Amino acid sequence: MAYNLKEEMNKKERFNPGHRLCAGCGAGIVCRAMMRAVDENDKAVICNATGCLEVSSFQYPYTAWDDSYIHTAFENASSTASGVCAAVEVMKRKGKINPDTNYKVLVIGGDGGTYDIGFQSLSGALERGHDLTYFCYDNNAYMNTGTQRSSATPRFAAATTTPAGVDSVGKKQDQKDLTQIVVAHGVHYAAQTTLFGNMKDFHEKAHRAIYTEGPTFVNVLTPCPRGWNYPTEDLLAICKAAIDTCVWPVYEVVDGEYRLTYEPKKKLPVEEFMKLQGRFAHCFKKGNEWTIEAAQKYVDKKWEDLLAKCK
Amino acid sequence: MSIRERLSGNEAIATAMRQINPDVFAMFPITPSTEIPQYFAQYVADGKVDTEFICVESEHSSLSACLGAEAAGCRAVTATSSAGLSFMNEVLYVAASSRLPVVLAVACRALTGPININHDYSDSMAERDSGFIQIYAENNQEVYDNYLQAHRIAEHPDVRLPLMICEDGFITSHAIENIELEEDDKVKAFVGEYHPENYLLKEENPLAVGPYGISAYYMEARVAQAHAMMNAKQVILDVAADFEKTFGRKYGLIEEYKMEDAELAMVIMGSSAGTAKAAVDELRAQGVKAGLIKIRVFRPFPGEEIANALKNCKAVAIMDKSEGFSGCGGPLYAETSGACYNLKTRPLMVDIVFGLGGRDFTVESAKSVYDRLAKIAETGETGDIYTHMGQRER
Repeated sequence: MAYNLKEEMNKKERFNPGHRLCAGCGAGIVCRAMMRAVDENDKAVICNATGCLEVSSFQYPYTAWDDSYIHTAFENASSTASGVCAAVEVMKRKGKINPDTNYKVLVIGGDGGTYDIGFQSLSGALERGHDLTYFCYDNNAYMNTGTQRSSATPRFAAATTTPAGVDSVGKKQDQKDLTQIVVAHGVHYAAQTTLFGNMKDFHEKAHRAIYTEGPTFVNVLTPCPRGWNYPTEDLLAICKAAIDTCVWPVYEVVDGEYRLTYEPKKKLPVEEFMKLQGRFAHCFKKGNEWTIEAAQKYVDKKWEDLLAKCK
Repeated sequence: MSIRERLSGNEAIATAMRQINPDVFAMFPITPSTEIPQYFAQYVADGKVDTEFICVESEHSSLSACLGAEAAGCRAVTATSSAGLSFMNEVLYVAASSRLPVVLAVACRALTGPININHDYSDSMAERDSGFIQIYAENNQEVYDNYLQAHRIAEHPDVRLPLMICEDGFITSHAIENIELEEDDKVKAFVGEYHPENYLLKEENPLAVGPYGISAYYMEARVAQAHAMMNAKQVILDVAADFEKTFGRKYGLIEEYKMEDAELAMVIMGSSAGTAKAAVDELRAQGVKAGLIKIRVFRPFPGEEIANALKNCKAVAIMDKSEGFSGCGGPLYAETSGACYNLKTRPLMVDIVFGLGGRDFTVESAKSVYDRLAKIAETGETGDIYTHMGQRER
């Protein structure tokens, strides 16, 4: 069925207003869109790593989630979800739950809980082949604790543990390419997306991921107004700049086959992405021009590599 | 009819698990508990259970998977030892505070370092404040019997707390002893099915587990958890009474051995209690009024019962099989002496740390403790209150 924004927006919300996420945060948009991708008659269990989303969406005695939800700790959302998947299997087998009900196990964590501290449990769950979909809302740093660098922080971004200064131009290392690492596990479906346009790209990937059997992965670039330092209303403009500069290419990998889902008509220079955010402000100071050149070189190389895979 | 068998503690636990047929077993290997999931894997392979058996990539994940499964509505189990239990530490607290009655078998083993695979209680004692119920066994029969009682205690509506079944690494986990097993159908009938009131997969009523609890709510949650631990005492006794009625073997929170008129007493746990009982028998034959208390349930701590049993003694040795590094005694001493503080007349009390990393504890060792207690009782002087025994002199 063709994607229709109006129809999608008329669906009952499964991630409800009243949560305590910041204005201009992408995570709430991710959650709403993720839940719209679950077919209306299907049940979901959300397994959430500790982070902004967890403390904002399930603050006792209120929950923003219509569906069942579990949070246990920071690094173990995938292993907790593994237990839920095992429960679905065995309870259906033993006749303890309706065998005809579709339970979708959705795991969601930030980049800290996914790229870093939750990496081992994610890898374990992918290898074991549980029927779950992992959504990473990648906001490029540990935002819940106040913007400390993670392995998802791009080079040159200022974070509170990689501040810019006389002797520093922000983070020294490039971002870990987690999507590629997930693909290397041999999963049937992995994708990168972000929040842009009418959310068709996100929706189609989320739906495909959720309805592909086995472990699947969707990595969503999700801006954070506090950590990236932008006016809240710029959220979608920044996402668009990320895909138009190819800083965050959106693509999917189906059984090892790569497919670009968005190719900019004209690839913009990386500064079009960087200049929108305070975390890169130091790159535009006199004497630091080389940082933008280096960032451009890195993005160009990654983009070329990806295009080669998509052939 | 009970079935006469010869089993190790690990196989006894695995057998109990097979009879109970839990919904989910999440495993990760570590010496000396590894055999438990190995035996169980064979039961799965042979179709003797229909458990979902998952081999995860760490102990942190094995317990996390148990949490997910238990919250989803399952009976979930795992097993570990030593560093594995330490690695679970964070998740142990989450299990207890989320009130998820997972049953965890622990083959107790020393903590590193130096790295050592033998028995002491460094691992389980380090988790004494995790919110898990802890039940210890003297021998393989007790390990098996404790396991049969575990789910009913943990899942009881007044309790709903996770539970550790502790056995002594190698001494109990690997040594083979005669054991009486119960018939599968009788075990199933005794343990019963798990019917949680709320669970993640309850179709008509979704559940949210693991909230952020601000100061306005956190304390109520913790107090409720504390009350659940207090409630566990009665539930443990009730389940033990039903166990005795069903299978004929009697259990309490503590076991008092020749304590009626004892003047010299030892407070001890696990397999060492069996050794110490032999010493008590020898001393009794010589007319020494020796006795001992074996602690079966360490959490909830049976402070009142212990104090009551010790109140008429002259001298007491608390036998700590873990070094708490408090600088003034092990955890068993801290809790036991605290429990006795409000007695009108208190026995003199010393702490002896022994048996670390599998250091031998013999009948002679136990007798030397009673010799020391006799001197304390005679002179009224404890000497050094906190000492170690069995190590080489410097």
